[in-house]
Amino acid sequence: MPLGYLLRRLAVFLLIVWVAATVNFFIPRLSGADPVRERLLQMAAVGGTGTGTVEEVIKSYQAKFGLDKPLWQQYLSYLWDMVRFDFGVSITRFPNSVSGMILDALPWTLVLVTVATLMAFAIGSLFGALVAWPRAPRFIHVLAPPLLTLSAIPYYLLGLILVYFLAFTWRLFPLGGGYRVGSEPSWSWAFIQDAAYHSILPALSIILSGVGFWALSMRGMMITTQGEDYVTFAEAKGLRPRRIFLRYALRNAILPQTTALALALGHVVSGAVLVEIVFGYPGVGNLLYQAIRTFDYPIIYGVTFMVIVAIGLATLILDLLLPVLDPRITYQRS
Amino acid sequence: MIAVPVSLERTHDRIGRVLRGLRTYPMLTAGLLLIVLVLLVSLIGPLFVPREGVQVGSAPPDQRPSREYLLGTDTVGRQILAIIIYGTPLTLQIGLIAGAIGLGVGMVFGFVAGYYGGALDHLFRGAADVFLTVPGLLILVVIATTFKGAVSVMTQALVVSALAWMYPTRTIRSQVLSMRERGYVQLAKLSGMSGPEIIVRELMPNLLPYLAASFVSAVSAAILASIGLEALGLGPQNEPTLGMTIYWSLYYTSVLRNLWWWWAPPIVMIVIIFVGLFLISAGLDQVANPRLRRAA
Repeated sequence: MPLGYLLRRLAVFLLIVWVAATVNFFIPRLSGADPVRERLLQMAAVGGTGTGTVEEVIKSYQAKFGLDKPLWQQYLSYLWDMVRFDFGVSITRFPNSVSGMILDALPWTLVLVTVATLMAFAIGSLFGALVAWPRAPRFIHVLAPPLLTLSAIPYYLLGLILVYFLAFTWRLFPLGGGYRVGSEPSWSWAFIQDAAYHSILPALSIILSGVGFWALSMRGMMITTQGEDYVTFAEAKGLRPRRIFLRYALRNAILPQTTALALALGHVVSGAVLVEIVFGYPGVGNLLYQAIRTFDYPIIYGVTFMVIVAIGLATLILDLLLPVLDPRITYQRS
Repeated sequence: MIAVPVSLERTHDRIGRVLRGLRTYPMLTAGLLLIVLVLLVSLIGPLFVPREGVQVGSAPPDQRPSREYLLGTDTVGRQILAIIIYGTPLTLQIGLIAGAIGLGVGMVFGFVAGYYGGALDHLFRGAADVFLTVPGLLILVVIATTFKGAVSVMTQALVVSALAWMYPTRTIRSQVLSMRERGYVQLAKLSGMSGPEIIVRELMPNLLPYLAASFVSAVSAAILASIGLEALGLGPQNEPTLGMTIYWSLYYTSVLRNLWWWWAPPIVMIVIIFVGLFLISAGLDQVANPRLRRAA
């Protein structure tokens, strides 16, 4: 892999990280007032039993952000903190560090989103390829309209419907949460089984709604490859249809699909964040929701930054893998 | 044979052409029908259902659908039917405003980047690419929590429009790129037309179906982003938009309390809107790109 391509791609990743940090720094300051400070003052004004801790938070906050320094110095020290994943402390759950809380929640989201997205991608691509294939079994064409309609429903609304029917009415699955109430997260077999059981419905809502999306773009890709000369030639040679489908058409159509996957990740994660809220799933989406409800700004900014960095990293890996998978992609600037 | 007045004949002709057009593009027709259906609900509904129904305490709480309350009531005594009738146009309004801003900004960026190329192209395309990979909802959360407080429908539309320009920028840019070298553009350049003039008088008319299609998808994306924000509680708190209705129904755990008439109607409405907009934009794509007609 040429060094130039690698460096250019790394530069884009750093750019994304920089944008994430800068957005977090400047947007709150655009409003004129510093929302974190306002929130702290508000908490101090409410006072009561918590006053002592509020003062501690304010002290640590002011020491950390150096509010008396000029803006550019605040910005630079903010960037330095972000690079080290130091997001300060939670306002409402002082003195818990924000990065610690995010690290507790992140694995849940990562596993859920990765597994569900890969399954939706695989099933959807295969299904879309079959829809475009003239020799596909009839049931494929019967299934197509309902699956495409499902893709018009946002993940979390589909999740709401699934909870009502599969968990509330028929009691096949738990109503929410990431594991049985009362059990402690651990690496024991029993706990992993329980966690997997709890994740079926959230994953199902991402998969059901995602399959139609991937099927649609795969169908377009397959129609293009089917018109190619090498497919006609393969047919003329008398190759078996299954071989033409898998080795000639599908194989060439799936690769541009992977590029689409890299582009859609941000969208998928946005949807998954909302799914977690519907299910009370213990990932970053739920952490964010709790933070929004209590205006716990350090958590909001921390989650935003971490998720953007995670997605940037995932796209970077996909982009570096793609040219290895697909020799048609050149490293050169188009 | 009776002579048909010329003007009448012409009208017939025109209607006939429109009908034929609708038959050629079944997706477009179906999508338009769905959206017209949604609009009818919000246009005719107010004639039968008074606005008071959306106010807290206008009815007894948690009523099942009955003859008196056709779609039942929620926990704080609002009538769901009234919420749907008066809330749907608000959601559409947010989508239309944000979509229009997104398309406007996207057109400026896309045309400039595609036509002029060079450093401007790098800047605009780079910005669009970076913001496309970022999960938009989270950026919108940062914006919305900063400007918290009394959010109006208009503010909500402006917040959502902040991230509605990237996709139009990308698609318009790639279209302009493929048109830039065509003969008629070259000819216009030779005859001394300026850049902006070529963009407005030569490129834009040729891209009209594409622009219409990207406007519809921008509206759809804006509605999706807006109800996503609202489901997090970051929306116009005092307005009965579809997303806020979802938020309150989640807030009061309507699923676990079997109040299906609370969460199901807004979901049905949202699905009809999304399917309708999707069909319209797919139909417009067919108009713009005849190759897709065969495949459909």
